Amino acid sequence: MQKITRKMLIDKAAELLQNGTVDRVLGWKNGEFVYDVTPALFTDAEALEKDFVYNDFCGANFSKYLIAETRKQGGKVLVFLKTCDTYSFNQLLTEHRFDREKVYAVGIPCEGMADIEKVKKAVDGIIAVDGKDDKIVVTSLYDGDVELDAQAVMAERCIVCKSKKHVAYDELMGEEGEVIESARFDEVEKLEKMTADERFAFWQNELSKCIRCNACRNVCPACTCEKCVFDNPDSGVENKAAADSFEEKMFHIIRAFHVAGRCTDCGECSRVCPQNIPLHLLNRKFIKDINSFYGDYQAGAEVGSRAPLVNYTTEDLEPGEAVEKGANN
Amino acid sequence: MQVNGYKPLIVAFCCNWCSYAGADLAGSNRLSYPAEVKIIRVPCSCRVNPMFILRAFQRGADGVILCGCHPGDCHYTSGNYFTRRRMAALFSMLDFLGIERARTRVEWVSAAEGAKFAATMNDFVETVAALGENKRLEDLRCKR
Repeated sequence: MQKITRKMLIDKAAELLQNGTVDRVLGWKNGEFVYDVTPALFTDAEALEKDFVYNDFCGANFSKYLIAETRKQGGKVLVFLKTCDTYSFNQLLTEHRFDREKVYAVGIPCEGMADIEKVKKAVDGIIAVDGKDDKIVVTSLYDGDVELDAQAVMAERCIVCKSKKHVAYDELMGEEGEVIESARFDEVEKLEKMTADERFAFWQNELSKCIRCNACRNVCPACTCEKCVFDNPDSGVENKAAADSFEEKMFHIIRAFHVAGRCTDCGECSRVCPQNIPLHLLNRKFIKDINSFYGDYQAGAEVGSRAPLVNYTTEDLEPGEAVEKGANN
Repeated sequence: MQVNGYKPLIVAFCCNWCSYAGADLAGSNRLSYPAEVKIIRVPCSCRVNPMFILRAFQRGADGVILCGCHPGDCHYTSGNYFTRRRMAALFSMLDFLGIERARTRVEWVSAAEGAKFAATMNDFVETVAALGENKRLEDLRCKR
C-alpha cells in the first residue's frame, strides 16, 4: 500500500548511478524470508534490478548506516529516507557523526510500515507480499492470496506517526507532508495512571523477557558511541544473559537515559526487539518528561539544536518537583 | 536509626566544594546524623552518572541522596544545573518503573549549612527506614 513503488526507486537509483551523482546505493533486499527485509548496498543497476526490494516491511532506518558509509573512499552514497529517518539524519548531523557532503538523500513518502507480528497472527506461511491501495496482499503457502487491511496490521510506531514532513533531503519524491498532532504519549499516560506496584509488575514482566542481544542498542541511530559502557567488563551489565533482574533494569534505564533528549522517537528499538518488549515507551517517557519540564523539543527537527539534557536554565524544576510533575500529567 | 530492628543503608554523594564541607561542619559542630549514611565525595554533583546511583542500589543501598552546591554557587559555574536536569529525568524514570520515589533525593547544601546537612540526613534516613528494604532494585548476587 506504499505509494512509492519498487520500480520508482530503482529507476531513481539507476538514474543517479548513471549520471555519476552517486556511486553506491543504500537500499533494502530480502532476508531469509520476504518479511525480514534487510539493508544492503548496491553498486550497479543490474544488482538493483535483481535484489532491490521495497514493500511494507522496509522499516529499517538507514541514517545510522551513513556513519560507516561516509567513511569509505569514493563518491557519494544514495540513501532513501522515510520521514522518521530524516529526523535521525538531522540528529546525527547535529552530533557531527557523518559527512553530509558524501550523502545524496532522497526523501520518500511513507504511509506506515506493517508490523510482521500482526501479519503473522493473521496469516501463516508467508511467501510473498504486495501492496494495493490501502490493502496488503499476502501470499500464503497454505491459503493463497490473503488481503489484509493495512491499517489493521500497521506497526504501532506508524499508527502514532509524529510527522509526514521530511526535515532533510536533497531531493524529494512525492509531496511534502505535515507534522502531525499524534497520540504517541497515550500509552505512557496509561502507565503513569497505574499505581507504582502495577507499573513495577508491568516492567518486571516486560524486561524479564530481555535476552540482552543488544539489538536495541545496535540499531538505535542515537547510540553511536564507538565504545559503549555496556561493552565494559567492569560495568556489571555486559553479560549475555541477565543473571539477575537488576541487570535488565540497569541496562534498559541506562540505554534509554543515554539517548534521552537525543532520541527522535523513530521506534527502531521496539521494531528489532526479538522479544517484543515495548522499549519505545521508555524513550517516550523521557521525551514526554523533557517536553513538560523544559518545553517542547523534537530531536532532529533542525540541525544544530541543543539537546535539553546538555542545556540548562537557572529556573529549572527541582528533581523532587519534577518527579511529581512527570507522574501527574 | 532503626525501625523494627531494620537499619537502612544510605549512600550520600557529596560535592567536594559545598556539601562535603557542610558534612564536615556538621561534625565540627557536634551535630549528629545517623551512621548509616555513607558519604562518597565527588568533585562536583554533576560527576554523578546515573549508573552510580543504580550501582549503589545494586550493591545494597536502600536510599541514595545527592548533595551539591546551591544552584548558582557551583565551583565549576554550571555543574549543578546539569545535575538538576539529569536527576529530574532519571528520578522520573525510576518512578515510571515503579521504584519508590522517596528512595532518591537531591538536596543543595552549602559549606555553611552544617545544620541543614544533619537535618537532611536525619529526615532522609527516617523516610527510607519507613519504606523498608530496597527490594525493587536489589541484586541477589550482592546480598551480604
